Order: sequence, then structure tokens, then C-alpha cells
Amino acid sequence: MSMLSVRDLTVKFAMRDQNVTALDNISFDLGEGERLGIVGESGAGKSITGFALMNLLSRPGYIDNGSILFEGEDIVQKSESQMRKIRGDRIAMIFQDPMVTLNPVLTIGQQMIETLMAHRKLSKAEAEQIAIVKLREVYIPSPQERLRQYPHELSGGMRQRIIIAIALLLDPDLIIADEPTTALDVTIQADIMELLLELCQSNKVGLILITHDLGVVSQMAERTLVMYAGRIIESGPTREIINDPQHPYTQGLINALPQQTLPGHKLKQIPGSMPSLTTIPEGCPFSPRCQYATDKCRRIRPEIVKYGPAEVACHEVNRLHETQSEEQSA
Amino acid sequence: MSTLSTNTEISRWSKIWNSNMGYSFRRNPVAIVSLAVFIVIAIMSLLAPLIAPFDPYDPAQIDIMNSEYPPVWVDGSDPQFIFGTDDQGRDLWSTILYGTRLSLMIGLCAVALQAFLGISIGLIAGYVGGRIDSLLMRMADIQLSFSTLMVAIIFLAVTQAMFGSETFNQYAIYFLVAVIGVAEWPQYARTVRATVLAEKKKEYVDSARVLGFGPLRIMVRHILPNSLSPIFVISTVQVANAIISEASLSFLGLGMPPSQPSLGSLISSGFDYIFSGSWWITAIPGVVLVVLVLVINLLGDWMRDILNPKLYKG
Amino acid sequence: MKDMSNSPAILELKNLEKRFELDKGFLETIKLKDKRLVREKREVHAVNNVSLEMERGEALCVVGESGCGKSTVARLVAGLLDPSGGEIHYDGERIDGRSRRELIGLRKKMQMIFQNPYASLNPRMTIQQALEEPVRYHNKDLSNAEIRDKVREVMKSVGVDPSWAARYPHEFSGGQRQRIAIARALTVDPEFIIADEPISALDVSIQAQVLNLMLEAKEERGLTYLFITHDLSVVQHFGTRVVVLYLGSVCELSDTKTLFEAPKHPYTKALLSAVPQLKDDKPNHIRLKGEIPTPINLPVGCPFESRCGFADKRCKLEKPRPLKQPDGSIVACHAVEEDRLDV
Repeated sequence: MSMLSVRDLTVKFAMRDQNVTALDNISFDLGEGERLGIVGESGAGKSITGFALMNLLSRPGYIDNGSILFEGEDIVQKSESQMRKIRGDRIAMIFQDPMVTLNPVLTIGQQMIETLMAHRKLSKAEAEQIAIVKLREVYIPSPQERLRQYPHELSGGMRQRIIIAIALLLDPDLIIADEPTTALDVTIQADIMELLLELCQSNKVGLILITHDLGVVSQMAERTLVMYAGRIIESGPTREIINDPQHPYTQGLINALPQQTLPGHKLKQIPGSMPSLTTIPEGCPFSPRCQYATDKCRRIRPEIVKYGPAEVACHEVNRLHETQSEEQSA
Repeated sequence: MSTLSTNTEISRWSKIWNSNMGYSFRRNPVAIVSLAVFIVIAIMSLLAPLIAPFDPYDPAQIDIMNSEYPPVWVDGSDPQFIFGTDDQGRDLWSTILYGTRLSLMIGLCAVALQAFLGISIGLIAGYVGGRIDSLLMRMADIQLSFSTLMVAIIFLAVTQAMFGSETFNQYAIYFLVAVIGVAEWPQYARTVRATVLAEKKKEYVDSARVLGFGPLRIMVRHILPNSLSPIFVISTVQVANAIISEASLSFLGLGMPPSQPSLGSLISSGFDYIFSGSWWITAIPGVVLVVLVLVINLLGDWMRDILNPKLYKG
Repeated sequence: MKDMSNSPAILELKNLEKRFELDKGFLETIKLKDKRLVREKREVHAVNNVSLEMERGEALCVVGESGCGKSTVARLVAGLLDPSGGEIHYDGERIDGRSRRELIGLRKKMQMIFQNPYASLNPRMTIQQALEEPVRYHNKDLSNAEIRDKVREVMKSVGVDPSWAARYPHEFSGGQRQRIAIARALTVDPEFIIADEPISALDVSIQAQVLNLMLEAKEERGLTYLFITHDLSVVQHFGTRVVVLYLGSVCELSDTKTLFEAPKHPYTKALLSAVPQLKDDKPNHIRLKGEIPTPINLPVGCPFESRCGFADKRCKLEKPRPLKQPDGSIVACHAVEEDRLDV
């Protein structure tokens, strides 16, 4: 049985005139120790998915329908106090901006020890010991000293390591990382990603990595979901998705990367931009930007169906595959 | 062609109506009532010469024999005078209408003067920065360390002594506008400077500089329109404050003369009779003043809530 | 010394320096040190001794991590900041330290595109107003109809429907706003564009659109670009030459092709290895040790010394000078100079 099983998750936002659907019937599974990437552009609903999994949505957002089974228990049905026991303890979350996540007026030690003592019956000395061990795990030099420092005394990369250490404090089963390295420089990003990968593998922790960067996903995740306008449009093994994307949007996304074109030539761009939640078109949400769109695409919303090793939500995937393999052979 | 222009006209109105501001206005009964009351007061006082049954400035219409009639709902009243009459026999209803007009006018003009001084100084201080900024802001600090009333009292007392009561009374309205206007510019200057400092860092200002535009153009065309929301908010509060200041000064005998009473001098002139039973001369203009200031402040509160820069997306 | 008039360089930076004062008021400069009051002015050394030349028609990319001074270079060239030292020449004419009026002619030639499309357009101006303003300002003799034609033409050229001109910026998406910002820079028909991270605030699918637009404009109008970015894959695609900055100093300056095929400076190598690649399962990335020094107390020697795997005593004591390599690139590294790098 999978550790996390999301079924038909629908999240809506209560707006002035109508309720807007931010997540539309999302379903996916995550096995124990599995690493899943969620890729999409801003507004695709990937961050909302992360918040929904933690039951952290706040007004005007709410879970309208569906279930999130985490180790057999439905998170959607949990009360706030029950959720608080799960959050941090069994599911940890790492946010985008390390500057904001840490409380600036508390030392690193206070924040780590407080978290530990809130969830476990520990003495302060024991908690400090665990904190030091976890700081070592993320390669923080001289951890004893760091415990007495304030967040502003540390560099961005160091802070993000400490946030990872805090996420690992209670040995969670699942870490949700929402754009964990977007605010960091490339060299530091690579360090942090390597560290996160290593820790997840050695501790058998599941990881949901939310990012806009296909390159990061390709190195981190075993499976990937591609989201567009609040829907999963393609999911499958990461290698498959990157080497042989099926959905026209995924193809466009990969082809639009500068690496995919010879220097100086025009990039293969996707025309238009993602619809806002209030203006999602009828039928396939990608149809206005899709060069393969037919009348059917504009009228009927495609369901996500199995296609080879992956699942794709596209009416035209068969035709697409044929024409593209013809092009390649020609 | 004409249909086209009315179309855009309609869409502009519906734009305002459907904007965040319009929406929150429709949802906020306090704001709706406040605005309605304010508009009623403003229109009635503006139309005072048409509405008022008597002209309180015309000595020929005043009969001292009519003095101190109570309002109509009290025994011994004269149905001619709805709110009764004051000690000189003036119809209180007409006098209040004219007085409110004066109070509002002084308030608005004083705020216009404050805004002009404060916005110019704030823009220059914020945009130019450096020494000029320090100098202007220290001036504002010094100005703020005197209370408005104290400055006004000293200034008005001195001018009254210098020009004599006669001339002073003739030009009282200008003196009041000037003194209230000058005394409170630092409020504007500080707010504007703070928003200018925030706006100045945004890239559209850099982009205007790269396009070679001069500082005056950047300040007036680019930064000022983006600093308007805090200016609106303090303006409402300042109008209320200016009306109160004017009333206080008039009450102290340093404002409008009894022959051209504003709400403040009306309250003041009735104050002598409050214990002899003629409470209405003070009480009714007092209520009008309180209601006027209250609705302006409530509107200001509502505006501050929705123009709150944290919630406001530019 | 080259003769100015014969120099093909469109832009030339000579020993450019920029320091920002950290302690501004007099009181802030007074500090307690060793039980004594001393006056000390701390400064951030944002750009240190940067010299480079740009030729007409090229696209020079400036890369580096946050805080390396790449945006400061852009702002210095654009005249938004005044350098603390060194010179900037445009077309053989010195442009730093000039008054605004003296530079008005230059403004028609040199324009800038900014990072954040949500902040670079005045939210209270319609697109029409925003685009008309520079045309009118720089061409006082144009009639209203001519100005409107010009605006329409520019809007079409960046792919924004001219019928949307009456709308305000907030009605557009980020990508469209960036197009409009580019259109605004193009209204004065510039020949040189400074682009400060123009696509890093945009989504992947939109980035390609904007990059294509900039490439198109380059071909059609013969533009020269000074392109600031942290994204190396964009550099590889867009740039003809690359400058790598680290803590305000030039590490390496070379042709894009040379840089990506044979990076020389240890920092460039680390930077290249850190870019997440799509097809490569096992990234062979060079881990950098140590922490970045603060630009307030710059090290005496090589700025990269604290994180470099090849650093020795000389690197600690002596700042490396940019030296020309056999393949034409310029590298500032003692290890490269002494040939200590094992390839």
C-alpha cells in the first residue's frame, strides 16, 4: 500500500462572485521513500497542492472534495489539533524562502529545541543532542556554536540547510519541499539538492518536490507530475517524461528550454500564456495554446488515461505520437 | 461618435463600481451611510442661500425681538423658526446652514493648502534626498513639536492685535485657512516622503530615468500618481481635523466673528446662554459639528482599510 | 593606448569601481573599537576594477551569483549610478559623471530593460500613455498622428495587439508586460540595450517567447546587448561573449563557445557544473567549500580563494590580474597562469 494516496482532490477559492477551482480532481500516489516531482509554471496549482497535503489552506481556499490518505488516515477529515501532531512530526515542509521561514528573533537552537519538545517528551539536554546530530547530518560546521546563533548571522545556503535539519528533526515519513532552492544561487542550489537527495535516500524519507525547474526534477525525482491550470496533465517516471514527453504542453515546456536549441537560433516557444483561474477555458485548458487542438479538445475536457508507462490527459495523444514519429523518421 | 463616448463613460463608471473599492463600499453599510450623510450635509450647506429661509448676514432680516425662541418641538416656540433663534434673533436653522458652509469651506481650503505645501515638500525631500531631505524633514519635526492650536492661537492673537478687530474680522476666513494650512503640512510631507521613498526604488522610476526624463516630470507624472492612496486617506482625516481646529479657534474667539458665524463661533456664542435655558443655541450646531466630523472620519477609516498598502495591489 | 576615434568598441569600461557607503550619517561612522571611539566608514565593494570592451552587434552576457555586482554594472552603464572610480566610454565619448541634459542624446541610443515586469511599468499609466511618453519627449516635432503610428508599429513589433493600448499594466500577464517594457525601450529606436535579468521573473514557456523577441529585435534593428543574467543556459543560447563576475571582479571573459567548451577559471567550472541538466542522470558537480566572503571586507588576494580547491599561498596574498589566454579568453587566476590546474 502506498504511503500517501490522494484521490479526486479538488480545492476551490471562494471569490467575490463565484468559487474558483484551483485544483481539479487531482489523484496520485506516493510509495514509501519515493521521490515525486511536481512541475508547473506559476499559477498551475503546484504550491496549493503542497498546502492542501498539509491541510494548511486558509481562507478563501478550501478543500471542496476528495481525500488525502496518509498512512491510511484521511488528512482532510482531521481537526486542526490532530493535524498539528502530524505536521512537523510525520510530514515536514520546506518553503521557498529561507529568510522568512526561520523566526528572526529566536536562535537556531531555540527553534530546533522548541520543535522537538513540542512533539516528543524530551529533556532540554536530550533535545539539544538531537539538534546537534541533525545539524551534523546536513554538514553544518561546528553545530554547537550554530545553536546559539540567530538566522541573520548565517548565509542563505546555511539557513536552507538548517531548515532541512529542522524538517528532519522528528524523522518524518514525508517531506514536502516547495521550491526549496529558488531563492538560492546555482552553486548553492546544487549543494542543497544533493544534500536533500542523499538524506532522503539514507533515511528512507518520501519527498514531494514542487518546482518550476525541469532540470532539478530530472535529477531528484523518480516520478513526476506535470500540472497545468490546476490539473495533472501528465504523470509518470521522470526519465520517461523528460526523454519522451507525451502531452503537447510537456513537450513545449521541454523544447522551450534554451539547451534544446542551437545557440542563436529561435527557441521553440509555446504561444500565449497560462489562463488565470477565473478564465480557464472549456474543454482542455491547454487547447488555446496547443497546435494540435481539435474541436473535441475545445469542447470536452480530457481525462487522464494510461499511455505507455505514463498517464496523459490529452485527446490527441495517439495521433500526436504517430505524426511525431513520422516526422522523426522522415 | 457620441454613443461611443457614452459607452466609455458607462464602462468607466462600471469599472469603478466593480473595482475592489466599489465592491467594499457596497458591502460596508457604515461607509454608505457616512457618505450619504456627508453628501446631504455638503449639498445643503452649499445650497444654503437657496434653502435657508433667512439670510443671517442681512441685518435687515434680524429682529432682536425674536431672540431666543426655542426649537419648534419645545413649548413657546415660533413655527417660523424650526430650530429656534439665537440671542440676536437670527434663525438658527439658516445660521447653521451658512455656518456649516463656512466650516466646510475653511476645512477644505486649509487642507488644500496643507496638501499643496506638504506634497511639494514631501516629493522634493523624498526624491532628491540627501541634505535637502534632512533639512526639510527637520523643519517638519520642528513644526510638529508645536501644537497646531498653540501656533494658531499665537498667530491669530498677534494678527488680531496688529490689524484691529475690524480688519481681522473682515479677513478672518483667510487668516484661518492660512494658519491651519501652514500648521499641519508636515503630516502630508511625511506621508508623501515615505511613499516616495518606496516608489522611488521601483523599476518604473529607473526606466523613466533611463529614458532621460527630468526630475520634475518623474516626480509629477510618475511618482505622484502612485502615491495618491495614502494622500487620500490623510486628506479625509485632515479635513475633519481642520474643521475641528477652526471650530476650536472660533470658540476661543479667534476665528470667525459672530456676525458671520461658523459652527464654532455659533457654539461659542450660545455658550453664554446655556445655563439660562437656551441650550439649543449651543447644542444643535454642536450636534451638526459632531456628525460632520464623525462621518468624515468614518469615511477616512474605511478608505484606510481598503487602500492599506499591504492589501493594495498596484 | 588605442586611438579613440578608431576604436570599434561601442562601449568601453575602464577600471570601473563602485563602492556603496554603508554608514551614511556622521553618527553611524563612529564605532567603539578596543575601548576607543574611532571613526570608520564601511563600504560595500560592489564592482572592483572591471575593464571590458564591447563591439557593435554583439551580445555580451554578464553572469554571476547574487551579490556579484552584475546588476551594479548594468546600472553604472545606464547612468543610474555614478561610478566611484574608472571610466565609461560610449562610442568613444565619456559618459560617466555627466549631467542629465548632456546625456539626453545618449538616451535615444541606449535603453534598459528591467527584471521585474510588474514594477517596471507605471501602474497608473495606460499602455498608450506609457509608450507615447518617450516618443513625444525625444521627438518634440512629431505630430500626434505620427506618434500614434510609431506606438502602433512598436506594439506590433513586440507582438502586443495595438487595440489593447487603452488598458493598464495590471490587466496584462507577466510575459505581456515584459513585451510592453521592451516596446517602451524600443520606442526611441536605440542601438544599445542593457537587459538586467529580463526573463528571470517569468515562467519557462514565457521566457522562450521573450528571448525570441529579443533575438528578433537584435536581428531586425542591429541591436547590441549587455545582458545580465544568472542563468547559464540562457547565456549559452543568447550571448556571443560572456563575462563571469565573482564579488565584483572579473573571473573570466571569453567567447560563449570557448567558455562552455573549455572553462578555465575554477569558479566558472563550478558554476557550469552546477547547472541542472535534463538528460544527465548523474550530475558531476563540483562542490564548493567554504563561505562567500562579504563584499564589505574584501580579501586582499583572489576573491574566490576561500572557496577554491586550487588556492595556495599566492592566491591568499595577491590579487590575480586578468591575463589573455592562447584561445583569446581572459582569465584572472594564479592557478591558470601557473598551469597548476589538473584538467
